[in-house]
Amino acid sequence: MTALLKDIVPAERARSTSFNEASARTRLELLLDAGSFVEFIGPEQREISPHLKIFDLPEQYDDGIVVGHGHLDGAPVFVAAQEGRFMGGAFGEVHGAKLTGLLRAAREIGSIPVVILFDTGGVRLQEANAGELAIAEIMRAVMEARSAGVKVIGLIGGRSGCYGGGGLIAGCCSALAVSEPGRIAVSGPEVIETNRGVEEFDSRDRAMVWRTMGGQHRRLLGAADVFADDTVQDFREAALELIGLIGAFDLDRLKAEQVRLAERLRRFGACGDAIDIWTAEGIAHAETVPELPADQFIALANKIGRTSRDAR
Amino acid sequence: MTLDDILASLFPDGHQIGNDGGVIAGAATLRSGGRMLVIGVADRTALGVDEAIILSGHVLESIDRDAGPILVLVDSDSQRMSKRDELLGLNEFLAHLAKVLIHADMHGRPTIGLLYGHSAAGALLATGLATRVLVGLPGAEPAVMDLPSMAKVTKLSIEALDEKAKSTPVFAPGLSNLEQMGAVHMIWSDAAPLAGQLEALLADLPTARDQRDALGKERCGRPKAADIAERVRDLALQIP
Amino acid sequence: MEDLSFQHRVRARADGTRRSALVGVVASGNLEVLVERVLPDEQCAVEIRTAAVGFGEVWTAVIDDFVERFSPGGLKFSINDGGARPDTVSLRLAQAVRLIAEKGR
Repeated sequence: MTALLKDIVPAERARSTSFNEASARTRLELLLDAGSFVEFIGPEQREISPHLKIFDLPEQYDDGIVVGHGHLDGAPVFVAAQEGRFMGGAFGEVHGAKLTGLLRAAREIGSIPVVILFDTGGVRLQEANAGELAIAEIMRAVMEARSAGVKVIGLIGGRSGCYGGGGLIAGCCSALAVSEPGRIAVSGPEVIETNRGVEEFDSRDRAMVWRTMGGQHRRLLGAADVFADDTVQDFREAALELIGLIGAFDLDRLKAEQVRLAERLRRFGACGDAIDIWTAEGIAHAETVPELPADQFIALANKIGRTSRDAR
Repeated sequence: MTLDDILASLFPDGHQIGNDGGVIAGAATLRSGGRMLVIGVADRTALGVDEAIILSGHVLESIDRDAGPILVLVDSDSQRMSKRDELLGLNEFLAHLAKVLIHADMHGRPTIGLLYGHSAAGALLATGLATRVLVGLPGAEPAVMDLPSMAKVTKLSIEALDEKAKSTPVFAPGLSNLEQMGAVHMIWSDAAPLAGQLEALLADLPTARDQRDALGKERCGRPKAADIAERVRDLALQIP
Repeated sequence: MEDLSFQHRVRARADGTRRSALVGVVASGNLEVLVERVLPDEQCAVEIRTAAVGFGEVWTAVIDDFVERFSPGGLKFSINDGGARPDTVSLRLAQAVRLIAEKGR
């Protein structure tokens, strides 16, 4: 397929743009086929949070999430991208409802995949009950969509990571792609330290935080299926790869997931650190893994071969 | 009410439900004659990878073997906060528990959550909020985030937060707030036998469609969620 | 939070045909600018909601300078500000005018 001139420039931009540093809108602009994005309830609609003014906090016109429809290599996709710099990308009432509505439409259509660009600290505290409920509704909507044959893919590589309820939604997705800056967890490092003490979790030990929650570990553990370099182009290719790989969802998948997780617990439940897990996986000089460039890491991860391929 | 009181009131003819280190599992026969799988978290136990995998295992075994509704009893702490749990992928274990409950509910095994104690954050998402209908007992104290932690993060005093909480149900802990939000369907009475209230609920169960946002709008707890979701859905369905 | 509002008469219509554009993000030291082509050619309006209270004079100076330089006729700028510095505000306004002039919707 010959590339048209108008397509080369966006691809080059995508290749040279850090996914981690880009805004949600830039990520979508460069991830999708040029000019294909149509936004649902865009900022000019001014559907802001009704709850932030109680706390004297500024609103954002899109409430921190961009949802809509576009094309990936000519094929339709629904997309949602969280803006991790607005209130930590956290789920509020309006923010969550935009994603819930998107997933419900996807369930009804059945044939269009949903790509979620997670960048979230979890529930927005100022709207804690609404945010938590939104996440619960999204989890339900993801599973209903998957049961209707929809592929739901998560891309994780933003500055807020994928924490709290976001981590649970990610765990409901058909498959995940993650980059080195990405993190996936339920409790944040500071919260664990506050609750259990610095001996249990030193939130300022960046290397340990990344070994425990970061993209490389999640890939090696099989918590994510594909590892992407930190460019929008790499995430675009990861999304395409995952859309091609994902199979049907059914009860057998859940049973396989039970086996997969129980086996993980059995094999690694006594490990004290990720280094121990990586060593147990047969990686020599496991402590050098964080220094590996992306292409070498990807080759290593594929050799270890843990994915959720028939499970999840 | 203690867990034993609750079980005795739910199943006056007896039950085969045990509590093993905070993990509730077993079954009971309903007045109607059918069986009910009962799982849950007791004694304000934190929900970690070890507990979650056991609970999801019980649900999956039951999907193969049994029929009838599933009851999820909740008196938990938040998710377990530890290096080990996160290292092993706690998000997947909790998501998996939610997924098996949702799958059961979508395939002929209606799920009812009964919040009788505490719960918070990720633990609540994986248990009570993953059921079709969540019921509360008076005295239950669910929280998404506790006020002292909120005070620390928002840099407001607890008094200031308490004051704001008087004018909105959107952030503060509590059963009535979650009821107003649409998360809690109803609050049972602890002055009447629970068996009868359970029977009444089973006889009049809502459909499997998630209507919590509509409920939240009706109860003025979430003024925008239902409408925003419907508008996005409509726009998405219009794409040629 | 503080709300501010400015109206200007300008000498020329802003370039382009796009109906709206958005730049920036609401965060500490940052702001979002939603610009819409909804006014008569010789008018310009700027509506601001800012987390930094008491800087009306600074905003006046920044907006005056921006309007004088760019003559953004026909455009309404709606700003949600998380406490950005004046030079960041100027940058976002300039980016907004440039973006709405780009080929596209």
